[in-house]
Amino acid sequence: MELIGAQLVNAVAYGLLLFIITCGLTLVFGILGVLNLAHGSFYMFSAYIAYSITETYTQSFWLALFVAPMVVGLIALVVEITLLRPTYHLGQLSQVLLTFGLAYIFNDIAPVIWGSDVLSIKVPSVLSGSVTIFEQKFPVYRFAVIGIGIAIAILLWMVQNKTKWGAIIRAGLSDKEMVSALGINIKLVFTSVFIIGGVLAAFGGVVAAPILGIYPSMEFQTLILALVVLVIGGLGSVAGTLVASLLVGIVETFSRFLAPEISMFLIFGLMAVILVLKPNGLLGKKVV
Amino acid sequence: MKTIVFKLVTVFVLLGLAPLVLSLFHLNLLSEILILAIFALSLNILVGFTGLVSLGHAAFFGIGAYTAGLVSLNLSNNLLVSMGASIIVSIITAAIIGAFCMRVSGFYFLMLTLAFSQMIYSFIYQSTNITGGSNGLSGIPNAVLSGFEFSNAVYVFYIVLLVFLATYAILGIIVKSPFGQVLIGIRENELRVKATGYNTSVYKYVAFVLAGAFGGLSGSLYTYFNGFIAPSDVYWTMSGNVLIMVLIGGSGTMLGPVLGAALFVILETVVSSYTDSWMLIVGSVFIIFVIFFPKGIVGIGQSLMRLAKKRKLKYDAKRKSKAA
Repeated sequence: MELIGAQLVNAVAYGLLLFIITCGLTLVFGILGVLNLAHGSFYMFSAYIAYSITETYTQSFWLALFVAPMVVGLIALVVEITLLRPTYHLGQLSQVLLTFGLAYIFNDIAPVIWGSDVLSIKVPSVLSGSVTIFEQKFPVYRFAVIGIGIAIAILLWMVQNKTKWGAIIRAGLSDKEMVSALGINIKLVFTSVFIIGGVLAAFGGVVAAPILGIYPSMEFQTLILALVVLVIGGLGSVAGTLVASLLVGIVETFSRFLAPEISMFLIFGLMAVILVLKPNGLLGKKVV
Repeated sequence: MKTIVFKLVTVFVLLGLAPLVLSLFHLNLLSEILILAIFALSLNILVGFTGLVSLGHAAFFGIGAYTAGLVSLNLSNNLLVSMGASIIVSIITAAIIGAFCMRVSGFYFLMLTLAFSQMIYSFIYQSTNITGGSNGLSGIPNAVLSGFEFSNAVYVFYIVLLVFLATYAILGIIVKSPFGQVLIGIRENELRVKATGYNTSVYKYVAFVLAGAFGGLSGSLYTYFNGFIAPSDVYWTMSGNVLIMVLIGGSGTMLGPVLGAALFVILETVVSSYTDSWMLIVGSVFIIFVIFFPKGIVGIGQSLMRLAKKRKLKYDAKRKSKAA
């Protein structure tokens, strides 16, 4: 019983981490039509930058949580303007391949800067203890991750459903041409959404670093799980992504705990079943 | 038909002379190019001709390689047995994965193939008792065919060359056949092909299984060539590499994937001797090709030929007008 409780907290925390990362991916995919295969690289870069900040300059986790996503947002801005914007005419498939090339490049840059050792970030002292609930100890940081995940979910939902920006994004998800015909600068929307996507991945990277560690090629493990969440959750709804990421988080954590050999099989099996039963994902619309 | 046979024989004779001319290092390089060319050709059935971009083709390469290795170690190191087993297991796997992947298209197909290949990777990586896990599979005996042992690089080169030419010929015939033409139709406009009365899902499914079978074949050759298999040969980077070979060479052509594989291997060998950041270089080259030369090396060649022809025509016209 005790173990189940501890694993459940881990699972929910992991699921919400996946949620933060996948949100950026689905948003970019939905609006730009580009499946950003460099999304994981943004996640990885942010974790490494956070490591540099916490180890060398200020030792402040909070500053890292703020600065690393800003830096990655800047990288995303440069990528969008220099690489994606001039190539929209090539078609979406070519652009996916471009982001794949980028993933190769980023994958090699990180070890050049930070080496190829496994690194980790210390949890800030406020969150490093543990709390006792029902006579059982839980690390505080997991609860902090859960809190952050829920906060981001609420924030995204609010932005998407209650603000003008959200209305533009929702409109863009269903019909891009119409949005630009209505006089909205779709280029600006594309750039902003790509930056937001990068920032979300980066945010996930910093939050995940104390739990999952930092190592070369870490980005693809996360990217693939994010893709699974994307397929299960379907495109275009925050709620679908949230449900799917919690589901994947729970299945991944428990299967890793109970039967590590088949954990990947269970996740992909889950995805295959969902695809057969509900090809559009649990709560989403069809992706073309 | 006669000209094709003539061409194949010429290529066979020319490449067959390679062991006499090349050093062992360069001969191994050539073997590797030919093996990866088969692999790239198999992916080209999907990417180039059917228009389905798969990012998980290393699954079949890995399955072929591991099956050949495991069969040689545990059952029999007869060339035909292990190679046949590789192809059969690859076909079965492709049939299962394909059944799922055929339900989706576009980016979903890309994601699903990636997911399935990672699943196979994690299976290989985690089942240490069978596959050796992260240590890889070593100590694989040389292949044997009716008493003849393929014990050195030259013998292996000849098998690779033979299989390569056979693959090239078979795939060339398939592409030209009515079946291949339907695949090209699906790439261009699936809806229209459907409207003409073809069951496109069956065609796509057969193409997927075919690609898997030849992918497995190239994997088994890699085992004979290398004598060792590492799980990294099944990793997503391998799927990415082969996709890059096809696209750099020129997808949808027969020669393209071969040239792509050649460029890739040569570039890797040259770059790796200078720097560890090999993926950085290949990523950049790939981006340049995607933006500026979407038709790959073959596309560049074709435009150069056209340019030369135009020049020649102009030159001829000038001479004529002068003479008149």
